[in-house]
Amino acid sequence: MWEDIKDWASDFFVTGDPLIYGADVGIVLASLSILFVLTYFKKWKWLWSEWITTVDHKKIGIMYIIAALLMLFRGGMDALLMRTQLVMPDMEFLKPEHYNEIFTTHGVIMILFMAMPLMFGLFNIAVPLQIGARDVAFPVLNSLSFWLFFMGAMLFNLSFVIGGSPNAGWLAYPPLSETMFNPGVGQDFYIWGIQISGIGSLMTGINFIVTILKMRAPGMKLMKMPMFTWSVFASSLTIMLAFPILTVTLALLFIDRFLGAHFFTLDAGGNPMMYINLIWMWGHPEVYIVILPAFGIFSDIVSTFSKKKVFGYKSMVFALMIISVVSFVTWAHHFFTMGSGASVNAFFAISTMVIAIPTGVKVFNWLFTMYKGKISFKSPMLWTMGFIPCFVVGGLTGVMLSVAPADFQFHNSYFLIAHFHQVLIGGVAFGYFAGLYYWWPKMFGFKLDEKLGKWAFWLWNIGFYVCFMPQYVLGLMGMTRRYSTYSWDTGWFGLNLVSTIGAFIMGAGFLVQVWQIVYSIKKMDKDTTGDPWDARTLEWSIPSPAPMYNFATDPRVSDVDEWWEEKQRIAAGKPTPKPALEPIHMPKNSAMPIFKATFWFLAGFGFVFDWMWLALPAMAGVGITMLVYSFNYDTEYYIPVDEIRKTEAAAGRAV
Amino acid sequence: MSHNANHAVQGHGHDHGGHHDLDALRQMGFWLFLITDCILFGTLFATYIVLHNNTAGGPTASELFEMPGVIAETFILLTSSFTSGLAVLCMNRGNKKGLIGWLIVTVLLGASFVTLEVTEFLKMIDEGAKISTSAFLSGFYTLVGTHGLHVSVGLVWMTALIIQLSKRGITKTTRRKINIISLYWHFLDAVWIFVFTIVYMMGVM
Amino acid sequence: MKLRGWRRLIAAVPLLAIVFLMSGCSTDMGVLDPKGTVADQQFDLIMITVIISIVIFVPVMAMTFWFAWKYRENRKSDAEYKPNWSHSTKVETFMWGIPIVIIIILGTITTVYSFKLEPSKALAAETKDGVKPITIEVTSLDWKWLFTYPEQGIATVNYVQFPEDVPVEFKLTSDAPMNSFWIPQLGGQIYTMSGMAMELNLIANEPGEYQGRGANFSGEHFGKMEFIAKATSQEDFDHWVADIKQSSPALTEQGYDELAEPGVVDTNDTYSSFPEGLFDRIVNKYGSSHNHSGASEGESSSEETSSED
Repeated sequence: MWEDIKDWASDFFVTGDPLIYGADVGIVLASLSILFVLTYFKKWKWLWSEWITTVDHKKIGIMYIIAALLMLFRGGMDALLMRTQLVMPDMEFLKPEHYNEIFTTHGVIMILFMAMPLMFGLFNIAVPLQIGARDVAFPVLNSLSFWLFFMGAMLFNLSFVIGGSPNAGWLAYPPLSETMFNPGVGQDFYIWGIQISGIGSLMTGINFIVTILKMRAPGMKLMKMPMFTWSVFASSLTIMLAFPILTVTLALLFIDRFLGAHFFTLDAGGNPMMYINLIWMWGHPEVYIVILPAFGIFSDIVSTFSKKKVFGYKSMVFALMIISVVSFVTWAHHFFTMGSGASVNAFFAISTMVIAIPTGVKVFNWLFTMYKGKISFKSPMLWTMGFIPCFVVGGLTGVMLSVAPADFQFHNSYFLIAHFHQVLIGGVAFGYFAGLYYWWPKMFGFKLDEKLGKWAFWLWNIGFYVCFMPQYVLGLMGMTRRYSTYSWDTGWFGLNLVSTIGAFIMGAGFLVQVWQIVYSIKKMDKDTTGDPWDARTLEWSIPSPAPMYNFATDPRVSDVDEWWEEKQRIAAGKPTPKPALEPIHMPKNSAMPIFKATFWFLAGFGFVFDWMWLALPAMAGVGITMLVYSFNYDTEYYIPVDEIRKTEAAAGRAV
Repeated sequence: MSHNANHAVQGHGHDHGGHHDLDALRQMGFWLFLITDCILFGTLFATYIVLHNNTAGGPTASELFEMPGVIAETFILLTSSFTSGLAVLCMNRGNKKGLIGWLIVTVLLGASFVTLEVTEFLKMIDEGAKISTSAFLSGFYTLVGTHGLHVSVGLVWMTALIIQLSKRGITKTTRRKINIISLYWHFLDAVWIFVFTIVYMMGVM
Repeated sequence: MKLRGWRRLIAAVPLLAIVFLMSGCSTDMGVLDPKGTVADQQFDLIMITVIISIVIFVPVMAMTFWFAWKYRENRKSDAEYKPNWSHSTKVETFMWGIPIVIIIILGTITTVYSFKLEPSKALAAETKDGVKPITIEVTSLDWKWLFTYPEQGIATVNYVQFPEDVPVEFKLTSDAPMNSFWIPQLGGQIYTMSGMAMELNLIANEPGEYQGRGANFSGEHFGKMEFIAKATSQEDFDHWVADIKQSSPALTEQGYDELAEPGVVDTNDTYSSFPEGLFDRIVNKYGSSHNHSGASEGESSSEETSSED
């Protein structure tokens, strides 16, 4: 009996690696201490009613961002482990098997569980405030999206300690990801982790499209929306059109693995190439999904910190929309080397290059926004200045990669690795950092320390170039991605050493950011104005942090930079008169999302281990939660005028 | 499934200038959901079309499909779409009994569609045409099964709405819910037309 | 003071990189040191794109830092401040026009080169008259490369040899998860996929040992999928073949099955013969169930791509 349990446990839990035992201990200790703190300070009720069941977009945004930063830590640790393994030839720091797991989880976590939630966090924080709305179109759905993401991410991360991590690369190409070559549960964790959070992402996409189309303040025509809102619209549209393909692709892979079907298998007529096509039909738009909002953030920041209207607003909007449309016809550039023939390759090469046109236009737009402005280099603007050169280089190497006949020499080499890290770190990560620094005072009501921010910025920037510039050369020297080790006679030692040093410099940059947050909380430099950057759009017209109903009265909009114009009017002594206060209609908290997401988690876990006794009841639970919710008609309430008046007065606003 | 979540009752009264009309929000959200569902089915159709000749020595479409049953399924589903339309007409005339009655007819028709489909599947599996037999059958069961699953979810949902209607009568909220499920039902009907043409008709021809 | 320190550090980075680059020059520089016609042309193409990139990069960077400097908030100069200037037809025309022109140029070059460097295109026309190409079949296994020579009747593992200045027609497939066959100094890579016979034409214009590697992740010991590609004179090659014919064991069906088992091979085994039609059998093992056979011309697989649209 005891032996049986031991056998089962040694299969169920990941064993045999001291690194993982260390992590196990860490996870258990951290969880226990969180439980202890919550219980000791009697915070459970607070956690439940203020956060877990909340439908407030600002709180959901904050939860997204906290989760994303934790995932950034995990993904970053993966990166440092990899770079340590590659620091010199013939290293035996990680076994090949372990290395394969780490690059797989690094990729998945950074794209799907770091970039996506950080992006959704910023959507949630900024979009309703920018368009003068009180919440998103579907607040309960929004909370459900978050919890689905969270549970998906937890399920995926669980594979680290239970059952074993996936190891077939971040896109899990079959046949390697099929049971024939990959019988373990890691791949099923991959499928369910991404599937569950993917459903959440899809719903967020729909939610923000409706929010942006239907909930804008009176007077805010489409062409008067702030650039970030436009970019969120473009990104959400792309999510809506791309994510169903991911859902289907992962489902088919799961059906192959679970029911022995033959969509992508080598035998019985399966077609692995179909998977590669399908996954990139989602995967390519996916990278634009994450970069477009970064473009929007930069547009708002450049305009704010140059104290100038954004240059070529129409061009900017047009460029965003072109990118999101054309991103759907470029997917095959990820496999020029599949032998599709010269005409197919030329088509996809040119469609890829076409994207460079609107992207280039955007860079010029930012430059001409700075032109004849008055530029101050606070943290958000600093990251923008770091972004432009980095992204221009990344974009140009992207164009080089798109030249199909040359790509035969770049494909799957470190040249490619360096390219996409340059656009994803230099573009996406820098963009979201800029956004975080920019909206931080609006989220929490205090400013982040500028001096530490500068340190973080320079460490990240220098670390980035030290890490990735050598990788371009390594790629050209023939170093291919995903090699867990290399020999001395390759001549790759020096450049790899430099690259690893760079990775650790970026790691130090992250630590400084953590310290910056802790330090700034202690210092508590409060933002009493609600408008610390002298900014231009509506979110800065209300107190920091925003009251739960956002706007005491609906703002009226007549300009893209409505708040900037209003400040001019106030200075001229002619502020727009505000309508009288009225009771505000608000949605009630809901426990449905957390229950439904938990059932999804349990179902996913059950399917991973083929435990039908768990999976089927949990799937039923998903349905029942929905039904119960459908029968609930008591979901809204009013905030009385008195309470609004009190809240506004506490924030120093006369109404 | 996610579409149910659109029932969530949201903030923003229409009392502020009426620019945030709750019903309009949900209608639009549901249309967008249908677009994503179209893409989902489109992807499944594409995989089926790529794989439909890869029978790997197993049965082919023309050997397997029995058209009479399929044609019966088609008529049943088309009729149920019609009856769901009649239900909405009753609702618009304020006829609660008629509305519930036609919805029940729709549910019964839908249930018989699902029963027929499941029977067809079981028979095929019995003949040795399993999902694991060939890529063609993997594509077939997944595509047709996904449609069947959508119909089944619709049945549960519609039943729940019938109960809500009998409790609360025709209100602004229930009216919206009925409009949405009727849209969903017509959508499934349209998808079935494609299944019928691309899978069955082209399979036996 | 602090700033100066930073600048020194920033300047040191490229310098360090160059030092390492120089020290690497004695070794294989891969793509940057082409030794065959195909790699030569690809290198030229890469250089064209690098030049175009620099033409864009330099002015954009100059503008970025010049604008940032000139229009900084606490400037002493009296540079203009125009808070409402947000449109200029002239600027916008250039800003769309320049990228469009560049992409038209690059797109044209790409299309021309796509057809010129199509990997399945035979290279015979580019060599001296009367040189017959040699065919070598490549199979990627877990985790090793098997080379079979249908004309010579020999087989090798993780090592391939061919005469210089003779076009080599590689026919490629896989009896394991997809991989990619790449000899950077001779030319671009192509996927090895089960159920398909891909084609890759390369040529070595100089004798030498070139590093070859698998470029698409295929499982646990993927990192060991390196091989050596050696180009020698025709005589040396013939000697080498004769040697193997005489002294190496034969590769039997059973021997192949053992070789195909997942595992790493550290020695460069050679075989004096291999089972007749082995390569085609490997292709057909999976290929029979696919609705496409051999995508060397790309016709069938391109059809597939579009039908999934």
